[in-house]
Amino acid sequence: MHKRENQRKPILFIILSLLAVVVFFPLYITLVNSFKSYNEVVSSVAALPSAFHFGNFATVWKQLNFGGVFMNSLIITIVSVAGILMISAPAAYQFVRRPGWVSQCLFLLILSSLVIPFQTLMIPLVKVASELRLMDSIPGIIIMYWGFGIPLAVFLYHGFIKSIPRELEEAALIDGNGIAGAFFRVVLPLLKPVTTTIAILQSLWIWNDFLLPLITLSSKKNQTIPIASSVYFGQYMNEWHLAMAALTMASIPVIVFFVFMQRNIIEGITAGAVKG
Amino acid sequence: MTIKTRGRLMYTAFVAPAIIFFALVILVPFLRAIVYSFQDWDGISSNISWVGWSNYQQLLHDTAFMKSFVFTAKYVAVTTVLLNVIGLLLALGLNQAIKFRNVLRTIFFLPYVMGSVIVGFIWQFIITNLFSEIGAATGWSLFQKNWLSLPDYAFWSIVMVAVWQSVGYFMIIYLAALQGVPKDMLEAAEIDGAGYWSRMRNVVFPLIRPALTINFFLAIANGFKGFDLNYSLTGGGPFGTTQSLAYHIYTEGFGRNLFTYASSKAVVFFLILAAVTLVQSIVLKRREVEL
Repeated sequence: MHKRENQRKPILFIILSLLAVVVFFPLYITLVNSFKSYNEVVSSVAALPSAFHFGNFATVWKQLNFGGVFMNSLIITIVSVAGILMISAPAAYQFVRRPGWVSQCLFLLILSSLVIPFQTLMIPLVKVASELRLMDSIPGIIIMYWGFGIPLAVFLYHGFIKSIPRELEEAALIDGNGIAGAFFRVVLPLLKPVTTTIAILQSLWIWNDFLLPLITLSSKKNQTIPIASSVYFGQYMNEWHLAMAALTMASIPVIVFFVFMQRNIIEGITAGAVKG
Repeated sequence: MTIKTRGRLMYTAFVAPAIIFFALVILVPFLRAIVYSFQDWDGISSNISWVGWSNYQQLLHDTAFMKSFVFTAKYVAVTTVLLNVIGLLLALGLNQAIKFRNVLRTIFFLPYVMGSVIVGFIWQFIITNLFSEIGAATGWSLFQKNWLSLPDYAFWSIVMVAVWQSVGYFMIIYLAALQGVPKDMLEAAEIDGAGYWSRMRNVVFPLIRPALTINFFLAIANGFKGFDLNYSLTGGGPFGTTQSLAYHIYTEGFGRNLFTYASSKAVVFFLILAAVTLVQSIVLKRREVEL
């Protein structure tokens, strides 16, 4: 019985490996073609490049102003996520520790908004955002991400804080800290695991988000990576070699992030899915 | 200052920022979407008129909207089944002691962390260029067609890319659930003479039921909200056959500036997703009681 199952494992390994090759193949093709000249791409997609031309990357870097675009994506992601964490943790803390009808109502209101899809909000959002002068501005889109990030963050913080024993904060209060002191010195450090989960979920979402920047950031200087890399897929697109270089450059940051943070990402995503 | 007012002040200071940004970005736009859906307005002029239910009545006879609804329903059904079946199979495979397990897991999961717009563009290149090359080399008629210009093939292209991108995510959740199945329970079943399938059916599946429910509803909700691939892979084409509801609302609202009419569609879209979530919470509640 055991023996038969062990014999099956090499076959399983071969099947899964072949599948992995198939899954990885599109990424390989993208990478390979980003080194080719236009003629090489047109004559054969599957062939290897005659030489590794880095020229495509230089051209794309200049045409897209990739350095600036990358910085936009980075600033938007970091400031948005930091803001979401700083706004949500204190609110969730009060909802748990001062559970009156006010807390109950506010928490339920925020929680139930998780059901609302972005596409229901986007038309009036553009209207509200232009009234508040948040359109086509990086601080503006960051503020919008704060709003959209709050519900999930408050929900996950709320669940986690409930499991922290109250005695720890009470000890801090007796030691002469105020509520704020107890929160910042005692509670906040304890929230680290859930903070990591939230930060990872929100970073991936904001970094890869396409629709919100598409409708709110119109000028070239404010573009994010997903928006900028779609330039080569416009109506008159035929510069496949540049397009592939652009997609490679667009994918590298998130793949590097994934490789270094793999364990955290997988844990975060599992926790987020199971609780969310 | 009394202790009570101090406490209230502190409460407000902690809670107010969350409430302000939440109200600004979610609550106000949501209420406005409902208001717009009963109005007629082009988004620019100062002339806004109330039209009652007429947007909603018009919507019932809107063939483009119905077409996008049918597309989305079909897409949700197919992707929900495929993501769960393939995700579970991969998880079962990777739950065995095989070589390079972690490398394989990483590769299957990798597409999920990439932006879906970028994924859509990558596959647009693969399907238009690589597939025709495969067709020329092998003579298989399947690859000699231009998939993105034929409605049926375009539909399956989006399904294929969506599964390629997200199946790793479903695999991860199933894998976590499978690793939570106690080993001694499986050994006990084995000693009792239960074969592989019997152990699966009687021990493993009942224990991973919560993950199954979560994944099932996750696939449904994500399927309904699909936008990026429709935008980047097919552009809603050919002939608008691959317009998802989300993509349809986007083109109506921002392409044709039908602000108020598109808002009524957006409200219907919300109601569909709210119904899905409601059913999900009922199912999960009932499960909790059972356990």
